[in-house]
Amino acid sequence: MSTLYPVTVTVNGSPVTRHVEARLSLSDFLRQELELTGTHVGCEQGVCGACTVRLDGRITRSCLVFAVQADGGEIETVEGLSDNGEIDDLQTAFHERNALQCGYCTPGMLITANELLKKNPSASRAEIREELSGNYCRCTGYHAIVDAVETTGRQRQGGAK
Amino acid sequence: MSDNSTLSELDRPNSYIGRSVPRPNIRRLLEGRGTYTDDIVLPRMAHVAFHRSPHAHAMIKSINSEAAAQVPGVIRIVTGRELAEVMTPWVGVLSHLAGMKSAPQHAIAVNQVCWQGEAVAAVVAENRAVAEDGVELIEVEYDELPVVADMETALDEGTHVIHPELGDNLIFQRELDVGDVDAAFAEADEVVEETYRFGRHTGVTTEPRIIIADYEPAEDNLTVYLSSQAPHMMKNLYAKHLDMEEDKVRVICKDVGGSFGIKVHTYADEMATVALSKLLKRPVKFLADRLESFVTDIHARDHRVKIRLGIKKDGTITGMEFDDLTGVGPYSMYPRTSGIEANQVVVLTGGPYTFKNYRAKATVVALNLNLMCQYRAVGHPIACAIAEGIVDDAARAIGMDPAEVRRKNLIPDDAYPYIANSGLTYEKLSHHQCLDKLLEMMDYDGLRQEQAELREKGVYRGIGLASMIEVTNPSPMFYGAGGAFISAQDGVTVRMDHNGGVTASTSITEQGQGADAITAQIVASSVGVDIEKVRVVSGDTEVTPYGGGTWASRATGIGGEAALRAGKQLRQNIKVIAGAMLQAEPDTLDVQGGTVVDIDTGKERLALSEVGRVVYFRGDTLPKDLQPELVVSRHYVPKEFPFTFTNGIQAFHVEVDTDTGFVKLLKCWVVEDCGTVINPQLVDGQIRGGVIQGVGGAMLEHCIYDDNGQLQNANMADYMVPMAVEMPDIEIAHCSSPTKDSELGAKGAGEAGTCGAPGAVMNAINDALSPLSAKVNNMPFTPEKVLKALGKV
Repeated sequence: MSTLYPVTVTVNGSPVTRHVEARLSLSDFLRQELELTGTHVGCEQGVCGACTVRLDGRITRSCLVFAVQADGGEIETVEGLSDNGEIDDLQTAFHERNALQCGYCTPGMLITANELLKKNPSASRAEIREELSGNYCRCTGYHAIVDAVETTGRQRQGGAK
Repeated sequence: MSDNSTLSELDRPNSYIGRSVPRPNIRRLLEGRGTYTDDIVLPRMAHVAFHRSPHAHAMIKSINSEAAAQVPGVIRIVTGRELAEVMTPWVGVLSHLAGMKSAPQHAIAVNQVCWQGEAVAAVVAENRAVAEDGVELIEVEYDELPVVADMETALDEGTHVIHPELGDNLIFQRELDVGDVDAAFAEADEVVEETYRFGRHTGVTTEPRIIIADYEPAEDNLTVYLSSQAPHMMKNLYAKHLDMEEDKVRVICKDVGGSFGIKVHTYADEMATVALSKLLKRPVKFLADRLESFVTDIHARDHRVKIRLGIKKDGTITGMEFDDLTGVGPYSMYPRTSGIEANQVVVLTGGPYTFKNYRAKATVVALNLNLMCQYRAVGHPIACAIAEGIVDDAARAIGMDPAEVRRKNLIPDDAYPYIANSGLTYEKLSHHQCLDKLLEMMDYDGLRQEQAELREKGVYRGIGLASMIEVTNPSPMFYGAGGAFISAQDGVTVRMDHNGGVTASTSITEQGQGADAITAQIVASSVGVDIEKVRVVSGDTEVTPYGGGTWASRATGIGGEAALRAGKQLRQNIKVIAGAMLQAEPDTLDVQGGTVVDIDTGKERLALSEVGRVVYFRGDTLPKDLQPELVVSRHYVPKEFPFTFTNGIQAFHVEVDTDTGFVKLLKCWVVEDCGTVINPQLVDGQIRGGVIQGVGGAMLEHCIYDDNGQLQNANMADYMVPMAVEMPDIEIAHCSSPTKDSELGAKGAGEAGTCGAPGAVMNAINDALSPLSAKVNNMPFTPEKVLKALGKV
């Protein structure tokens, strides 16, 4: 178990190298090795969506990927997407609409919602609900989240920030 | 000193009360910069994983941990017997629940394992993965015992008794007999009866349970980082069972990733973690993984209720009786017990209605399944669904519209105070106002017309109503009277610093509901500062006043009132100091927007930063007999009533696919009366989240055990939770009957959604199925159960 493998990835724009066990998940790699604790772990079986990150441009369940599989990849987490402003409008809409309560699902929810709005900013409420259905939220009942995503989509369509 | 302000405390200039202010402290959560307990790393922190029993009931013959001990990185392996030398066992009973009994429970099983998932040995290691490697290598020999898994037979003569010293498997029984039920049924034109079943389900908080215990032997201090709703309660229990001075224990709750009643109990594995930290003299962390959560987080519901109701042709309900049976775990959960939910069913069922003949019985039996205890809306979903279900049956039996039957029987809005069949007093409710508002909001008549038209085309839509009452703001009668050190009061300390900034530390806790936000709103309003100037501190027993925490829909009603009182007094103190500085009578001044003003004209006189500068740095310029006090603490406990009842009504609109059994939830409407609303958006968030949690239990969620007490679906792929696509939009309106027990007038709102949703959904489905003479009564209503009701499978 103690064999360590080098992993070099670009995380939020910065290259990092660590030596890790083969069994270390990408979510644990981000949280424990890099101390990027915004990526949350909820089920460790790819169901709840709390660990969602962007890997090589695609949203990914980081609990279902081993860190060694991500070697050479480019990873973006909620911290990076906050720093570069990419999801600022979504975050503001979530805040104003109280589309988060405990906040544990929120980073994954934001990253998934951002992906949807990039593809389809005019998504209907039904389409938003469909797209977010891989992200479990126990607190809000989803209604406020759908509101916030819908509002952000309209703003992006209108060119407003 | 009296406050001569002519303005109501809730209606002051620039008041934040009643405004949908965005929560002040959550941008960090949006950026992934929160601090959940799993984000905390302490020096020398070790990690524990537990070897858990694969059997639901067995004696432990031997434990071989030799191989596990050889794993590099394993620090220590501890069995129940060793841990019992550090930590005493507990018994989950309350003295005011007469006759309740339960066996002593250990942090780690000592001789007997009583449910699948009970911890048998702890492996402490350098990291979690290594601890789990160790767990895999532990070998335990068991002698299996008969498994008691069926509540219907748990009290039968031939059934194995889980704890022989208790004599039987009965944990608690409660009966209530009011009026003359037999005469009420004799006088009824129709007596309807039904048996309802409610599946076991659980909380599935997105953040699993987590604890870091940090025992420091030099000073005998214990600091516990815990994802919890009740830090002061846990502080007491750690001290009690570790034989420590309570003053040496500090409990810190950082960001909590959802709770819903899951994180307000004493979990054996968490107690073991604390004991291990003391034993090893270093920090120890335990994080339940999702598989462990399913077999150890408390479960809830699992009731079977046989109910009868008598009704006259004119729609008058004459009486009701029911028999509720619920199977909990092998132990009553500590310290709140596993008897409260059944007790609530007895107390609350039929509570919105005027009938006076009521006979209720609830029986709580022990089973070799995971422990059950208080989960969001405790007992309310059962009480509401059985009453609302049987009321709809009665309406069908006499051919009356369900809304009309409710109108006929709901307690009139001018009948308060009203003494319920339970003997408890409703101070002021608004059932009829809520009903009228709901029917208008949903266009009830229009939906009925549409329903009739669609039925002609073979489309089966249904409308379900559920009137409800909810217990909130519990007084010491809830737990304190039963001997538990669970505080019913809360306190808030407000402090103004030299720059005019205000810090409020409160004993209520934040788990996402917005307790910090409403505290900030109330303090900003009552002191007279902008909300940006208020910082709220919660969730730390060392720096907040002593109090209950956030559960039982109590935080705003109790902690909010304490905040109001503290803020008011701080404002008064500021006015006295400013009066001395301005040579003005304090009562001619007010504090508004961070400035001392003339109360009559609003003319700005003095910035709070100037008051602060003088108080903290130039006290020599103030009169010698004036000692300025810019720190104020106030507390509050409900006194007038044991509980503050709220009321509301919900409606669901559904469409049933009679070929597949799938139910589509089209829309939900809620009208709720929780008294004074501090932040409408937060209340609506509580209601919407609560409704969907109730829908989860009604439609999807089920802990499925086999006859051997093995949980069959203990993971998130097989245990269904509500996801966005299946859930409807929820429209909400409010009525307001503030409680006069507090100046704030706020009642609780945290559980109403969960209370009403299962009954409303069930009634909607049965309304849709009624032309087909089919009916469902066994939650969750899976497509298979709907098809069975239709006779199609």
